[in-house]
Amino acid sequence: MSLVSRGFGRREQRRDERLPPGQYDAGDLFPVLSAGPTPRTPLGEWDLTLQGEVDGLRRWTWDEFRELPREAVSVDIHCVTKWSKFDTRWEGVAVDTLLAGVRTEAAYALAFCDGGYTTNHRLSDLTDGRAWVVDTYDGQPLAPEHGGPVRLLVPHLYFWKSAKWLRGFALSQFNEPGFWETFGYHDRGDPWLEQRYSGD
Amino acid sequence: MARAAVQRRLNWLRATVLENRPETARVHRLLLDVPGWPGHLPGQHVDLRLTAEDGYTAQRSYSVASAPEDPRLHLLVERFEGGEVSPYLTDELRSGDLLELRGPIGGYFVWSSAVDRDGGRAEGRRPVQLVAGGAGVAPFLAMLDHHRRTGGSTPVRLLYSARTADDVLAPDVLGPQTTITLTREAPSDWRGLTGRIDRRMLEAQTFAPTTRPRVFVCGPTSFVESTATTLVDLGHDPSWIRLERFGGSGDPS
Ligand SMILES: Cc1cc2nc3c(=O)[nH]c(=O)nc-3n(C[C@H](O)[C@H](O)[C@H](O)COP(=O)(O)OP(=O)(O)OC[C@H]3O[C@@H](n4cnc5c(N)ncnc54)[C@H](O)[C@@H]3O)c2cc1C
Repeated sequence: MSLVSRGFGRREQRRDERLPPGQYDAGDLFPVLSAGPTPRTPLGEWDLTLQGEVDGLRRWTWDEFRELPREAVSVDIHCVTKWSKFDTRWEGVAVDTLLAGVRTEAAYALAFCDGGYTTNHRLSDLTDGRAWVVDTYDGQPLAPEHGGPVRLLVPHLYFWKSAKWLRGFALSQFNEPGFWETFGYHDRGDPWLEQRYSGD
Repeated sequence: MARAAVQRRLNWLRATVLENRPETARVHRLLLDVPGWPGHLPGQHVDLRLTAEDGYTAQRSYSVASAPEDPRLHLLVERFEGGEVSPYLTDELRSGDLLELRGPIGGYFVWSSAVDRDGGRAEGRRPVQLVAGGAGVAPFLAMLDHHRRTGGSTPVRLLYSARTADDVLAPDVLGPQTTITLTREAPSDWRGLTGRIDRRMLEAQTFAPTTRPRVFVCGPTSFVESTATTLVDLGHDPSWIRLERFGGSGDPS
């Protein structure tokens, strides 16, 4: 049972039902979060790869990535540091599209990034139209501080799972914790279940 | 080690407020007694949870501003006008009140002088550079106090930006390793630096990239962003720089 805090009241009378427990609406702000400074990779050197337990490595250069079938999505996002942001608009390539024709027994995918960041996912959280690799935010090329040139977008999980500066996925039968997950953050991170930290 | 330390379940604990006292015009110091506190490393934070009569809850993070050796947990809370949680903590909370919190959280934005000394790792001999904006000095107070109490030998420096001399937090803990710059106004007899932390100040007042310092930057998001970008421009390897952003309206959108 929670303890009632004497004299504490909600600031807004109406609570938006789009807001998961413990979150607040960041409004127009789009806070930036990452463990280190923003890495910058020239597009000429950039690629996206699918590796690990797959029937052959897949690799896309920037130009090849830009040729893939694209989707536009409008979603709510929820950061573990408590802010949420509604109706954010993104464009990019569905993870389903990247996985089309790939044969794998893997159940997990470790997303890896420039700057050494990683985050782990169940493959089932990335498929069936629930995850995208996006290069456009609000009609503009994705800014480096928000993960450009491309980031992962998995809006149904806390936003640290939407890895910035994405460079690919390593598929495996085994689940390997990513960067924040080894520091005690939850393995899956469902905001509706408030899975913030390991054990939640 | 970090992994073992943080993979346990984080339970909500009930803290008793021992004292809530103004530290400066904008910042209050909360002194908490937390039965069952498992101990922390300097740099870690806690999550506080407030619950209204109708069950509505709000959670916010606050860095632990005290050394692990201090039996009480100190938090430094800056009051944001119109904020949901910080004005409650500074203005409403009284000694004797109970407060729900959990932690310690975060194993990355951490520096322990004692671990450097006892760990015997090469990394532990590299200097430590801290850069703080405003209340962002909170985790560094835990680090510096721990360093002093354990007689640590790691070379450490703090560059700390405050608005005015009256806004400087915990001057008793800062010590000779600290360089303060005042950004809004300085007393006529002020001998220290003035103005915002910029490239030239970082170059002159922090460990050079050639000494391979471990760098920690903490404060409002815009401060952390601009400082980190400048440090990388100056030649610091991005992987040596660890950031903690407190949030704020300066966020780039
Ligand atoms: C890991 C971590 C550690 C933190 N440690 C501390 C700490 O030790 N001491 C401390 O005082 N705060 C700390 N914070 C910030 C703290 O969690 C709250 O965000 C802050 O107290 C504001 O909460 P609020 O409910 O009063 O404001 P909200 O209701 O959330 O916001 C109200 C208004 O204030 C603005 N605002 C909120 N935070 C800031 C800021 N930091 N700078 C400028 N404007 C802001 C918002 O943009 C908004 O317009 C930390 C945050 C994180 C993520």
